[in-house]
Amino acid sequence: MEYISMITGFLLVLLGLWGVLTQKNIIKIIIGFSIFDTGLHIVLVSIAYLRGGTAPVIDKAVKVTEAIEKVVDPVPHALVLTAIVIGLGVTALMLVYALKLYQNKKTLEVQSFNDLKW
Amino acid sequence: MVRNSFRLIILVGLLVIFSTLVWSFNGNNELNSLAQFYTQQENIEAVNAANLVSAVVVTYRGFDTLGEVTILFLTASIIGFFLKKKLSDTQRKEVRESSDILVTASKILVPVMILFGVYVIINGHLTPGGGFQGGAIIASAMVLALLANPHMKFNHQLFNVLESISGVSFVLMGIAGIVYAGGFLDNRILPGGEVGTLISAGAIPLIYIFIGLKVGSELSNIVGNLQVTQNEQ
Repeated sequence: MEYISMITGFLLVLLGLWGVLTQKNIIKIIIGFSIFDTGLHIVLVSIAYLRGGTAPVIDKAVKVTEAIEKVVDPVPHALVLTAIVIGLGVTALMLVYALKLYQNKKTLEVQSFNDLKW
Repeated sequence: MVRNSFRLIILVGLLVIFSTLVWSFNGNNELNSLAQFYTQQENIEAVNAANLVSAVVVTYRGFDTLGEVTILFLTASIIGFFLKKKLSDTQRKEVRESSDILVTASKILVPVMILFGVYVIINGHLTPGGGFQGGAIIASAMVLALLANPHMKFNHQLFNVLESISGVSFVLMGIAGIVYAGGFLDNRILPGGEVGTLISAGAIPLIYIFIGLKVGSELSNIVGNLQVTQNEQ
């Protein structure tokens, strides 16, 4: 179970990086970054998995006394929560920069932004 | 050609690194010592939150969360700065009217979505969810309302006041933890209650309500700023 999600996550990371490196359109590059992000989140959650474990929430199924044997690791979940929010902020900023670039040049092709190239 | 081979080298190198990582990963059969600390009985009863992830996010690593909220605030401020409304008279772009289906559906769905967001925020210490998730749900209700009515005016002033007040209250709760309990953002400043009931876990529900308000108003502000720019072009 954890292997499937871990391999999927790493493949998504590679796919996102491929998109960032090869695409010419800025919006597509931003989509690549998002896929990269998502892959890393899946890898983190798969590291947290415990064989036969359940979600780290106390309820009828998981008593307080037996939580230590039944639940998966809550720390990577908390880290992924942080990472998702940061990823959202980064994506929003990138989209706004893309908007500003488009307002300046009326294009989103990365080759046309060559003012600093020499 | 050279550029392409560089890309290929980077991707293949990462593939090799990742496959060795997966190969050496054996899966977990028991929790590591840090997770055992968070899930042992006396620590669960000290924090009293049924959702252990919330306990980690808001109490043990609450300082991280404060930094996270600050980053989100910084993002919203930078976006507001970049997309500042020009003072010249706004010539509105003609936006096509939204379809009847969208308008009618949004009238029904927007209040329900806001209610669901509030539910997710308030139950953040009991079930999967919390301030960030609920705030994002509220902001997506705003997006739906905006799609149905493209000329809707956002009250940015209200959002700014709401956001500032909830941010300041979050920090004040943390400082109250230093004064009345064990340290910064300690949730034991309020009575713990019983695990699994709505009023329990000390200060965690209050902190999550502030986080939810802050995240919801920040994301709505970002969406509103983008809307202003769209109408200007």
